Amino acid sequence: MSGRVLVGVKRVIDYAVKIRVKPDNSSVVTDGVKHSMNPFCEIAVEEAVKMKEKKIIKEVVVVSCGPQQAQETIRTALAMGADRGIHVEVTGKDYEQLGPLQVSKIMAALAKKEDAQLIILGKQAIDDDCNQTGQMTAALLDWPQGTFASELTMEGDKIKVVREIDGGLETVKINTPAVITADLRLNTPRYATLPNIMKAKKKKIANLKPADLEVDITSRLEVLRVDEPPQREAGVKVETVDDLVARLKEAGRI
Amino acid sequence: MATVGRLARIARLGTSICKNHRLYFNRSTQRRGIASCVDPAHGLTDEQKEFQKVAFDFAANEMTPHMAEWDQKEIFPVETMRKAAQLGFGGIYVQPEVGGSGLSRLDTSVIFEALSTGCVSTTAYISIHNMCAWMIDTFGNNEQRERFCPDLCMMEKFASYCLTEPGSGSDAASLLTTAKLKGDHYILNGSKAFISGGGDTDVYVVMCRTGGKGPKGISCLVVEKGTPGLSFGKKEKKVGWNSQPTRAVIFEDCAVPVINRLGEEGQGFSMAMKGLNGGRINIASCSLGAAHASVQLARDHLLVRKQFGETLSNNQYLQFKLAEMATKLVASRLLVREAATALQENRPDAVSLCSMAKLFATDECFNICNDALQMHGGYGYLKDYAVQQFVRDIRVHQILEGTNEVMRMIISRNLLTES
Repeated sequence: MSGRVLVGVKRVIDYAVKIRVKPDNSSVVTDGVKHSMNPFCEIAVEEAVKMKEKKIIKEVVVVSCGPQQAQETIRTALAMGADRGIHVEVTGKDYEQLGPLQVSKIMAALAKKEDAQLIILGKQAIDDDCNQTGQMTAALLDWPQGTFASELTMEGDKIKVVREIDGGLETVKINTPAVITADLRLNTPRYATLPNIMKAKKKKIANLKPADLEVDITSRLEVLRVDEPPQREAGVKVETVDDLVARLKEAGRI
Repeated sequence: MATVGRLARIARLGTSICKNHRLYFNRSTQRRGIASCVDPAHGLTDEQKEFQKVAFDFAANEMTPHMAEWDQKEIFPVETMRKAAQLGFGGIYVQPEVGGSGLSRLDTSVIFEALSTGCVSTTAYISIHNMCAWMIDTFGNNEQRERFCPDLCMMEKFASYCLTEPGSGSDAASLLTTAKLKGDHYILNGSKAFISGGGDTDVYVVMCRTGGKGPKGISCLVVEKGTPGLSFGKKEKKVGWNSQPTRAVIFEDCAVPVINRLGEEGQGFSMAMKGLNGGRINIASCSLGAAHASVQLARDHLLVRKQFGETLSNNQYLQFKLAEMATKLVASRLLVREAATALQENRPDAVSLCSMAKLFATDECFNICNDALQMHGGYGYLKDYAVQQFVRDIRVHQILEGTNEVMRMIISRNLLTES
């Protein structure tokens, strides 16, 4: 199998940052907060670059949807070895409401436009934890999907995917073109090297708007409220086992 | 010391209960530059932010987890440094055609500052190695550059810088190691003191006397390990910088080929001083990284530790103290970065600015780390907590690469010389 791989990368709040909810409970604070590439997207980029190094595919195209700052995330992927980038510009209110359905429509449109043979995405983003974009993209394109991939092997023009599922590991063989979503143990992303960071400056990032792809990004969801998780309360000490059972029944736990 | 004994017992109980998350918490995630006003990414170009990100990630993943062990067991982390070299950190400001990364002094400062948050001692050695590689790249002829630089940039070979002697530290120009020309070799006799990496490194950039007294009689020779007549003293026991060995380097009728001389005879001292300008920015940058990490650690401790019914972060004295630390950190950083830019552009104020930056940043950052240790209370004194290692490691930055007293000499000379 030769050809083009499309990798989606998302700019999210850095995993080490302590999240704070806005006082009006409308969303989380993002202004002035450190952002970086979603860790599962890093794993997706690494897998695509490895496939290129093994000459399984020819070109790695990195896509990100969002405001101007999304270009930083694309540059990081270029520094890891991707060949070129596509920035789909979505700003303001549109960006706040951008979710898996809209992104998967964009990815599907780009897959057709770029004649991609493979789409690799992170299994989920660490901000919304939706775990939907890969699956929706595959459905829109009517392509097979290998989600939660912890191992990928090419077998001719099919892909063998070892998936991490609740019960253990499941192996499936899917035809290409296909959508893969990367799980934690698929690989360990490389550090960008200083020379690659400098080379990345010269790589191209194309700018598009969703309208250019004839994609409607209106949201079908409305976020009503965002709250912090409940504060952990103090426990209660009990004297006897009977007391414990009674208390648990009272709390509706058993 | 009885109170320390009691504190130690309490601390040991405390750490054993919450050992997993407390200590891990203390080390791993906190150096990612999150607190906004001291974020070292401010004012950088997108490309510099990428360099910084790689350096921070490398520091957090490859250095922070081992920093304490390298210090306690005095391990010279060759494999980790080679990994760093593969990313381009072996010859950051060396030219690409001989294997370097060809970056600017400012890029270099940003990188060393970030790496230092992972381990000051190792980063400081990497910066000395970089300085040596640069000297050969800049002052060597093409044959020498091709012979030495590629291996140094990949850290296939490690380098040491040999200027200081038992009898000449600040008064560097009075060095006594002689190099007498005999046919096509120089015969070296003398010894160098306090050489970072000495005994474990492969390439020694040695300032020695080929001519008469004073700076004009000094030349620069590259001596390779294994040369007969080259030997080393015992490994010194130090307060910090323990991940790099420090030894005396001894020359006894050591024959070094003339083709190993960088530039002409008599140019050695000027080369040494030019190397040190960059070296001073690098060392100051290492201090910045330590101070940054310490401010993060202190901040996090204040948010967690409770006394008198509330977290320490509610105490106005500590709030103000933290603000002062942050302000001095940012002021130091700005001065160091400006000096780096001045050196890159070859500005007339470059030498004084490098001296000012080294003086100011190393002094202020040591105070910042020391204050951060104080904020930790008794815990700050325990080796389980990283802050004490930052204090110990950067203390020497006020002494080497030109003492802060010598920095004052350079600056006052600039002010008082009638021109």
